[in-house]
Amino acid sequence: MENILTQTTARPQATTEAARAAASQPVIQLRDIEKVYQTKTIETVALNRVNLTINKGEFVSIMGPSGCGKSTLLSIMGLLDEPTGGTIALDGRPVQSYSDKELASLRNHKIGFVFQSYHLINDLSVLDNVELPLLYRPGVGGKERRERAYAALEKVGLGARTNHFPSQLSGGQRQRVAIARALAGRPEIILADEPTGNLDSVMGEEIMDLLLGLNRQEGTTIVMVTHDEQQALKTQRLIRFFDGSQVS
Amino acid sequence: MLLSYLKIAWKVLLRRKFFTFISLFGISFTLMILLVVYAFYDHTVGPHTPEKKVDRLLFVNRATVSYKEGNGSNNGTISYSFLERYVRPLRTPEKISISTYFSSTAAYVGNQKLDVDLKYTDGQFWQVLDFDFVEGRPYTLSEVQSGAHVAVLNERTCRAYFGATSGVLGKTIETDRVRYQVIGVVKDVPGMRFNSYADMWVPISTSTQDAKDPGYFGDCMAIIQARTPADLPAVQAEFSRVVDQVPVPDPKKHAKVHVYAGTLLSSTVRWFNNNSKPDDGVAALMGKVALVTLLFMLLPALNLINVNVSRILERSSEIGVRKAFGATSGTLIRQFLVENVFLTLLGGVLGLVLASVVLHIIDSSGFIPYTTLTLNPRIFAGGLLLSLLFGVLSGVYPAYKMSKLQAVQALKGGRN
Repeated sequence: MENILTQTTARPQATTEAARAAASQPVIQLRDIEKVYQTKTIETVALNRVNLTINKGEFVSIMGPSGCGKSTLLSIMGLLDEPTGGTIALDGRPVQSYSDKELASLRNHKIGFVFQSYHLINDLSVLDNVELPLLYRPGVGGKERRERAYAALEKVGLGARTNHFPSQLSGGQRQRVAIARALAGRPEIILADEPTGNLDSVMGEEIMDLLLGLNRQEGTTIVMVTHDEQQALKTQRLIRFFDGSQVS
Repeated sequence: MLLSYLKIAWKVLLRRKFFTFISLFGISFTLMILLVVYAFYDHTVGPHTPEKKVDRLLFVNRATVSYKEGNGSNNGTISYSFLERYVRPLRTPEKISISTYFSSTAAYVGNQKLDVDLKYTDGQFWQVLDFDFVEGRPYTLSEVQSGAHVAVLNERTCRAYFGATSGVLGKTIETDRVRYQVIGVVKDVPGMRFNSYADMWVPISTSTQDAKDPGYFGDCMAIIQARTPADLPAVQAEFSRVVDQVPVPDPKKHAKVHVYAGTLLSSTVRWFNNNSKPDDGVAALMGKVALVTLLFMLLPALNLINVNVSRILERSSEIGVRKAFGATSGTLIRQFLVENVFLTLLGGVLGLVLASVVLHIIDSSGFIPYTTLTLNPRIFAGGLLLSLLFGVLSGVYPAYKMSKLQAVQALKGGRN
């Protein structure tokens, strides 16, 4: 099984032809996205008319100070949250009229999530955690689920840890399990919300290499929110946010 | 998918052991009480030996003579002559048996007094009811007619009097200074079956009471056997037509004679309520029982709902992740209901074990004579059904609340 971690370390700047060819094909389009949190006394604007297009095969990082709306934007891109204004299109198709079931199916097939605090299910083994997206995919049987989860774990270098539980792993290993979980469903897009935020610099580098490898070798589109300028500079495009608006 | 749900359910149970204990205790204790009560109900009015054909039997236990003035009435058990005159000639039943209620008599084993509950019956008694004979036979119609001093004993009396439960046929037992020859031994009949219960059964023709006494009140009862369960209404209709024609003992004082032929349940409820009204009170009793059962089940169900709601908040991270990776609200509701049903079925099994322990204790305590309360398959199925009802009752609201949780909120509220 090909191990992205080791491959990317060997060829850090490699870019596939396929990724380059697909570069101008938009996969996520945000038009005039607004998100306003309203209480009885206060109105907080989290996102203010954001227009953004993410192309196929791109690795985009989003930076900005805490509370500027980066994570909200990522949640909206991942169809986990609804904007109060504007439109989102995935592969050119607007999704605002989609039902709960259709959105769930879209998330399951197209998007993989990586969170800062991993969000692994502690009661399940590493393998069961990685199988999760495939549980909700009709037509994928138990054997195939197991095989694909193994393959994803091999890819992140954790093929020997399948029967461990999250509490038995280090932070970096947990995040690699979370990445394997995101990969198991073979999504076109990975949305990573500060994936290295809870890790020390060495482990953070490991995770970053893993994501870069995925993008370069498999052409996976990645949008990553980060506070780390060094890591952001390794991606193809850096978007800066301030007070709910895109500033660069 | 189901395996994954069950895995999680098991882990969740182990994670919060105290809450799991509280939940399981609530479910199993409630179920245990319900199962024990149901076992008593089944034991009293279910189709058990000797009233196996309970769906074809009607019981005539009491008569009431109401007064013209005021609300007064005379109420009591019925005389032999009344039953012989008005019940015996009924045409629709297949068989009719007349017997006395049991009365206490004394037998002596050496100098040791032995209490023997004695019941006088006719020959049809043994045809209408299905006793389990350990040895021997019941007495026949002709033995009753000829006033033969023969007796059928239960095992306990046989053992206490003769020291054995077999090989006693032809021997003599003396009670209240009357000697009877033993012709049969039957298994003990529980005391709750007051229509058939006794320690010793003898022909009614050997009773010293005046069978021709024309009074309406005495110490007898009748058991009527219909040809089929569907015949019961026709038998009851003929019975009530006949009773309507019964003249009152004193036309100046009395208004009407009330006698009812009811099913075992109906006659038992009437007996305990001392009820002489046309309505046997079964529907009202069942309504009350259903209400109490529901309230009784509601308490642990509310407790479980409460525990479940707090568990959901604890598991918001998991809910968020599942939603993020493609679980719909419907899938999550199913998952949560499966988990809850799993928990309640576990409680159900525990409840069954507890109930069988309690029933065993009651049986062996001798609190009610010859009681053998057991968890039969009907009770077991009832228990499982109750557990499932419990699982759904206590899982629906928390599951609904969970499904309404937005993925993004769930992830924010969740911990790793």
